Amino acid sequence: MTTAATTPVIEMQAIRKTYDTGKVKVEALKGIDLAVAPGEFVAVVGPSGSGKSTLMNLIGCLDTATDGSYRLAGENVAGLERDALADIRNRRVGFVFQNFNLLPQISSFENVEMPLLFGGIAPKKRKERVAELMTRVGLADRMDHKPTELSGGQMQRVAIARALAMDPAILLADEPTGNLDTSSGSDVMSIFADLWQQGRTLIVITHDLSLARRAGRIIEVRDGRIISDGAAAA
Amino acid sequence: MTRKDVSLVLRLFLDSARLQKKRATLTIASIAWGTVTILLLLAFGEGLKRQFSRNERAMGENLAIHWPGETSKVWKGLPIGRPIQPRIDDIATLRERIPECDAIWGEMRNSRTAYSYGRKTVNANVTGTSWIYGDPRKHYSRPGGRFLDARDEEEKRRVIFLGYELADDIFGKEDPVGKTLLVNNSPFTVIGVMQNKTQTSSYGNPDRMHAVIPITTYRALFGKDQLWVLVFHTRQPEDMDMALARANEVMSVRYGYDPTDKHVWGIWNTVEGQAESAKIFLGMEIFFGLIGALTLIVGAVGVANIMYAVVKERTREIGVKMALGARRRWITGPFILEGMIYTLLGGLGGALVAILIVTLLGLIPPDRAKVIEFMGKPTLSWPIGVATVAILGTAGLLAGYFPARRAASIDPAETLRYE
Repeated sequence: MTTAATTPVIEMQAIRKTYDTGKVKVEALKGIDLAVAPGEFVAVVGPSGSGKSTLMNLIGCLDTATDGSYRLAGENVAGLERDALADIRNRRVGFVFQNFNLLPQISSFENVEMPLLFGGIAPKKRKERVAELMTRVGLADRMDHKPTELSGGQMQRVAIARALAMDPAILLADEPTGNLDTSSGSDVMSIFADLWQQGRTLIVITHDLSLARRAGRIIEVRDGRIISDGAAAA
Repeated sequence: MTRKDVSLVLRLFLDSARLQKKRATLTIASIAWGTVTILLLLAFGEGLKRQFSRNERAMGENLAIHWPGETSKVWKGLPIGRPIQPRIDDIATLRERIPECDAIWGEMRNSRTAYSYGRKTVNANVTGTSWIYGDPRKHYSRPGGRFLDARDEEEKRRVIFLGYELADDIFGKEDPVGKTLLVNNSPFTVIGVMQNKTQTSSYGNPDRMHAVIPITTYRALFGKDQLWVLVFHTRQPEDMDMALARANEVMSVRYGYDPTDKHVWGIWNTVEGQAESAKIFLGMEIFFGLIGALTLIVGAVGVANIMYAVVKERTREIGVKMALGARRRWITGPFILEGMIYTLLGGLGGALVAILIVTLLGLIPPDRAKVIEFMGKPTLSWPIGVATVAILGTAGLLAGYFPARRAASIDPAETLRYE
């Protein structure tokens, strides 16, 4: 990890996000203060339209806030250029999506390799790293398969391997079990649990209460604000 | 662009290119079609231009023909309507006083002259002129013969040079050179027959229809001293204006007329005509080029269109790459590269086809196809190549650039949120 254990990985202060859709201005986030320490497993819950997806986009640097300050792994993110944001996403954030978002025409190996490619890692190191990650998610024998040749659970494991490729400060997951059957879902959840135990910082947006309950901390978002923030009920 | 950029763009391009061979083929074909069109149009235009100016030049270049007329202005007590009639001895003076001209000659002409050989008689023009007339007026002899020379003129020889059509009329399949024929009942020896040429402009008759004899012989035969026309030839077209000004000066003093009188001479300055037709052909080439360019641009719009569709189809993919940390140029690069490679391949293919067609057409012998005699052979020249490459390059860049810009403007947050 690049930062000292004492400084938070995520440090948001008075974050606002307003969408300007021409005539109507929609305030999606109305002042969010949030700090996440390294090694935390945070579940973000809330009804649809509450602003949790917007929050996730801001945390993941896919979008920038209208107002407020945000430091990710000690780096100030507010007001950065698109290419600078792309670099931060590459190095600091690993994404896991509900619909996996693997590139369908290339193999799982190449999918996992993609962030390493963008990160400028040398070919030999890339190869080693991909092999290591695919082994870790239990798919060492599926490296040459295209995503369409894999099951949903396998696809999500490839996606997790891809998210971990650059050894990011946070792993950001948006409904990671939403498209999976119960058994693949619990496979994914146990991978997350393992990652947490290894000291990784996880942020998961979910409706899935069984997944949320595995987190160490549950944040509830409603109407653009955090309405509750506390340790998960054991 | 760093080396990392280049290798990344190349890698990402190859990833996507291998997926869409059919689309790539169609796109390349449309560009190739456009290239063939533009090249053939320009090649035909160029061939037409060259043939046309060759035909136009068949009479000779940088000539100014002067027909004598009458005065229309009073001059030093002399009335108007006075005919000016140049004579043979004016020529020596003019040659001496006009250094801009490398050849000046007078011509005398008798229409409906009877040419008899054996039992055959043909009526045609005869021109009496100087031996220097031959080169500037492109009266080149077929092998085995010659044009008039200085001694013919000095010695008033009874020699005659025949236009090829007139020669055919009189002699049929026989070789006329060395034969004697009667010109208005006076015997003349044929010294040469003109080479065939396609001639589109002339004064009097086309050259193939007349015969030329030394001016001195002509004067002795017809007993005339007055010239039908006076012709000035310069080596460079830009010298013509000066030469004509001097000619007018000399003649106005010699014959006593107002030098500003425009009716004394009927003048045909072919230099003006040359400039005029150069303009017409330039206009034609621009027109052909535009049509070709438009066709090519239609092809490029096709490429852009297809690539827009690709961008749209791959919106999610682009969003994912952005989320994984792709910089803007890594997204746009492959699209621009794709557009350029399609255009390049299409351009090369089209150029090969066009070159093949032009070469094949060039193999047709001109005497087998009368059209080629007037239309000329389609010709590809360097300027055409450069113009085509420039247009292709622009088209290719535009075809890639706009879709790439669309791709770069994709908002990853937007595309990744929903199914």
